Amino acid sequence: MSINTEQLAKLVKDATEQVFSTMLGTEITSGEPYLGGSDPGPSEGVVSLIGLAGAWIGTGSVFCSAEMACKIAAGFLMTEYPAVNSEVLDAVAEVTNMIIGNVKTSLEEQFGPMGLSIPTVIYGRNFMTRTVGNSEWVGVPFFWNNERIEVQVCLAPNEDGKTAHSRFWMAGMRSI
Amino acid sequence: MALDILIVDDSAAIRKILQRVLVQADVPVGRVLEAGDGNEALELLQKEKVQLILSDINMPNMDGLQFLGRVRANAAWKDVPVVMITTEGSQNKVMEAVQLGASGYVRKPFTADQIKEKLAGLI
Repeated sequence: MSINTEQLAKLVKDATEQVFSTMLGTEITSGEPYLGGSDPGPSEGVVSLIGLAGAWIGTGSVFCSAEMACKIAAGFLMTEYPAVNSEVLDAVAEVTNMIIGNVKTSLEEQFGPMGLSIPTVIYGRNFMTRTVGNSEWVGVPFFWNNERIEVQVCLAPNEDGKTAHSRFWMAGMRSI
Repeated sequence: MALDILIVDDSAAIRKILQRVLVQADVPVGRVLEAGDGNEALELLQKEKVQLILSDINMPNMDGLQFLGRVRANAAWKDVPVVMITTEGSQNKVMEAVQLGASGYVRKPFTADQIKEKLAGLI
């Protein structure tokens, strides 16, 4: 079994659109999916990270500006947030949890049970993120309220798991 | 009759959203108690009586399935409806929750209508 970039990007797109339409009552526009290296991270804003584990391991992330994080929290909690605070970070963490949780549920249909970690959210400036290893990220940009939000997933076979799936990972990964 | 409700979720945002959604779903809400994990929820149940529990699954310290098992094993709480509200959509987790005695299962993201429908036969 395998999943290619287009399929993974579609899972991300569907999950993100569903979360925004259901929880925020709004439509979100997606851009072109892309592939990134192990340094996909931004240098400023809000980054939320959540781990995936099982026969496949990886990370899901949501990145947006501080302004976008405040808008997401406002839509979620029906309260205006002039600046990032703990409630804003909590709302972004929950959005990440829902998006990547739904991607995980779809992946489980092919790859068997996976676990999801508790999200970690980082807010600041002049920082760098890096994924250890050489996995590539599949990212999808979204646009809402004149702001951009990036949802990214990186997955790799769990070599310790020695599953039959692992050999076939990322067939067609570079096809976009 | 207004219902005293316990909401168990490590996300304060979701606890807040659920309170709003319960009102939108025409649930007669009385007091709302909040807990961030299963341990906190069990401590609250020792002191307070509730008529409905809404619980996440993925939480630190004690997850929702462990919490559900502890609720169902306690004579004082075993008949309280417990609805799992979670991003966990895998059949394994759903089956585990059902076997442990969950009264319902709602996947995040959710709408007020979905919550209303799930609670209709329980309250």
